[in-house]
Amino acid sequence: MAKTLTQEFTKGLWEEIAPFRLVLGLCPVLGVTTTIENGIGMGLATTFVLVFSNILVASLRNIIPSKVRIACFIIIIATFVVVTELLMQAFTYTLFLKLGVFIPLIVVNCIVLGRAEAFASKNSLTFSIADGLGIGIGFTLSLAALGAVRELFGANNLTIWTTPTSIIGIQEVFGTNFEPFTFMVQAPGAFVCLGLMLCLMNLVGSK
Amino acid sequence: MGYMEIIIGGIFVNNILLAQFLGNCPFLGTSKKMETAVGMAMAVVFVLVLAGVITWVLYTFFLVPYKLVYMRTIAFILVIASLVQFVEMFLKKSIPALYAGLGIFLPLITTNCAVFGACILNVDKDLNFMKTLVQSVAYAVGFGLALILFAGVRERIILARVPKPLQDTSIGLVTAGILSLTFYAFKGMI
Repeated sequence: MAKTLTQEFTKGLWEEIAPFRLVLGLCPVLGVTTTIENGIGMGLATTFVLVFSNILVASLRNIIPSKVRIACFIIIIATFVVVTELLMQAFTYTLFLKLGVFIPLIVVNCIVLGRAEAFASKNSLTFSIADGLGIGIGFTLSLAALGAVRELFGANNLTIWTTPTSIIGIQEVFGTNFEPFTFMVQAPGAFVCLGLMLCLMNLVGSK
Repeated sequence: MGYMEIIIGGIFVNNILLAQFLGNCPFLGTSKKMETAVGMAMAVVFVLVLAGVITWVLYTFFLVPYKLVYMRTIAFILVIASLVQFVEMFLKKSIPALYAGLGIFLPLITTNCAVFGACILNVDKDLNFMKTLVQSVAYAVGFGLALILFAGVRERIILARVPKPLQDTSIGLVTAGILSLTFYAFKGMI
């Protein structure tokens, strides 16, 4: 069943949207999504690593010996993670501090390794780029969605991006009298919120 | 920070699975049966403690003096990957019974965020050698405790009648949230 380039791209956005459908790469999904901003930042960092590791794996797929392929993939991914780390330190330092340990943890994100193994090592370069972009954007969207729900109820804010001088987003969405539901931004809220979102997706999908 | 604080903090308050969200893929993946949960927990305890100590030594005596700190992600993942391979070979030769018990879980640990994350957290906190050791043990025990407790709950949930869209992972996550809430309650202790 050969798919077109567009199909490879769009499957990552709904059919195979990584955190919900495959339940992979949950650590950053739960760990950083206290605000939309963190979710988007983490998602974009992962997309960057995903696309570039897919490019390299796809172009080297005939050279890498199959017995040591996992080790090779991990080194390729780790290289791009270090690149991301250094770039984020240079250009988005505050976000880098907020995401903390989760940036180096992209190395062990199952989605990235999973795509390298299951897709990029078997498909051509252009298809691998489309796949990486699709899965990456799907991942970013799900992180942003979870971040939005948690931030909206947990802190009564919707912050899309913080620059040193201003904040892009809406503060106090429900007005000043709304008492924030702090459970949502704390650790237990992450699990419950993701569980309920998964339930919602199953409901929508089953129709 | 005293040792008692590190131990209680590592096992309960900053539980690596439920409070720091590291290693959640195996947490949900291997918790459907008690047997697999115990196997995974043992494998993680074993590797996490070894990896924590070795990466600390590597970081303090090699990466810092030679100003290679920016390479730590690559260095740590290589150490963990080769350590897992080495432990696997060692166990296969000398303790076949344990090897059979851990089975498929050992190779999976290479991509377990709990192990890698704990190593990074250890060096980020600038702990000394003994404290790194204690911290790693505490994290590992916390991981095992949470995983085994969760597996116990999940085995019972299979018997319950759960609404269709909530089934499987969805109810698993909600349960994990409640478990996380109980661990959260230990926050008053330190």
